Amino acid sequence: MKKYVCEVCGYVYDPAKGDPDNGIAPGTAFEDIPDTWSCPECGAGKDEFTAQD
Amino acid sequence: MTESSFSAVPVSPNVWWVGARDWNVRNFHGYETNRGSSYNAFLVIDEKVTVIDAVKAPFMPEMLARISSVIDLAEVDYIISNHAEPDHSGGLPELIAAASPEKVFASAAGAKTLAAYYGLAGITPVKTGDSVSLGKGTVSFVDTKMLHWPDSMVSFYDRDNILFSQDAFGMHLAASPMWADECDPAILDCEARKYIANILNLQADRLISLLDAIPGLGLDIRIIAPDHGPLWRRDLDRIIGIYRSAAGQKPCKRALVAYSTMWHATEKLAAALAEGLIGSGIEVKICDLEVNDRSAVMTEVARSGLIAFGAPTMNNQMFPRMADVLCYVKGLRPKNKIGFAFGSYGWSGEGGKQIAAELEAMGAEQPEPVFQVKYMPSRDDLLKMKDIGRKLGAALAARCE
Repeated sequence: MKKYVCEVCGYVYDPAKGDPDNGIAPGTAFEDIPDTWSCPECGAGKDEFTAQD
Repeated sequence: MTESSFSAVPVSPNVWWVGARDWNVRNFHGYETNRGSSYNAFLVIDEKVTVIDAVKAPFMPEMLARISSVIDLAEVDYIISNHAEPDHSGGLPELIAAASPEKVFASAAGAKTLAAYYGLAGITPVKTGDSVSLGKGTVSFVDTKMLHWPDSMVSFYDRDNILFSQDAFGMHLAASPMWADECDPAILDCEARKYIANILNLQADRLISLLDAIPGLGLDIRIIAPDHGPLWRRDLDRIIGIYRSAAGQKPCKRALVAYSTMWHATEKLAAALAEGLIGSGIEVKICDLEVNDRSAVMTEVARSGLIAFGAPTMNNQMFPRMADVLCYVKGLRPKNKIGFAFGSYGWSGEGGKQIAAELEAMGAEQPEPVFQVKYMPSRDDLLKMKDIGRKLGAALAARCE
């Protein structure tokens, strides 16, 4: 599973860690996160993220 | 160019200040600027003549006149935009039209933002580690993403050892001395802390990381030139120290009691609370939100280890001015606070609970439950409130040890 980077603030979503504070369990692929989720650092939407090389 | 009295001011052998002072601005997007502000912009005279940042659009005649006092606008080769917010970019389209520069540099996010604001195209994106030769000197770039916008970056000109730090190390202050060492240090301290509280507090962790990273960048910084307020050429550790101390948000024995009131009931509670706090050795500031601007309140929040908010309930809601202030304060993410909610009501009493919920959302510890009275506090209520002040004062003192 790929990591994704927030293009706005640089936060990296790591699927291994998830985002438990916001209801995303560890092991959740970025693609499976609901569209209502937003960057825990800056609040930008999911569409601001790009896959990390 | 029409006749103008504006001249550039020398900063260092090859750099001129070509900005503008906004002496009478008092409301800067809701930030109360009691001492005005300045929009600093700079002209670097090298083989490639370079302008760093611009000013708010209405001040462009002043900036263009200052540049023209040194060099013809057509001689400008490069423009660097460190920050795309309109107080520094509003004049960019006019500057580009007047100077027809060879290149305009900004961060990748800056290029996107300038395109969105002004339809500017063809901006050269730069990132940390990139540099551009101006001939005798070189400008290197350091990304400062989210300090305080996604596009923010700083630029270092090695020939004159100047860090052009955009909003970092800045403050809203219009002063005719250009150098900080010629200004009243108490005013600098006050305005810098207000600026950090209201502009940078929500990114305090990134700010500390940046301050930690500066020595490792290998830049021999001798002048810090922010985009607002005076420039620093002596005792750079002073402004860096103010930034570091404010970003650290360590608990201190100071309390803010902020309140709204309709018929003086909550006001009486605020005074009783303050008496208790003062009695336990805590320095207190009382702010009636009717006369204190939200940015002034935020400045006090940042300086205080304890933040108490009190309001009446009106139409089953906390008093609206309190909602405004708490919305603003929460967004700036204050840390390490003891919180306390209080208020008065007639029949329903939602207000105090709503305040407590906002304090909870800020992560403030609330050792005392919400204290609310019906209609008007009795003498007994005021004594209870004073006692709560004493207990909160003791809790704060313990935290600061």
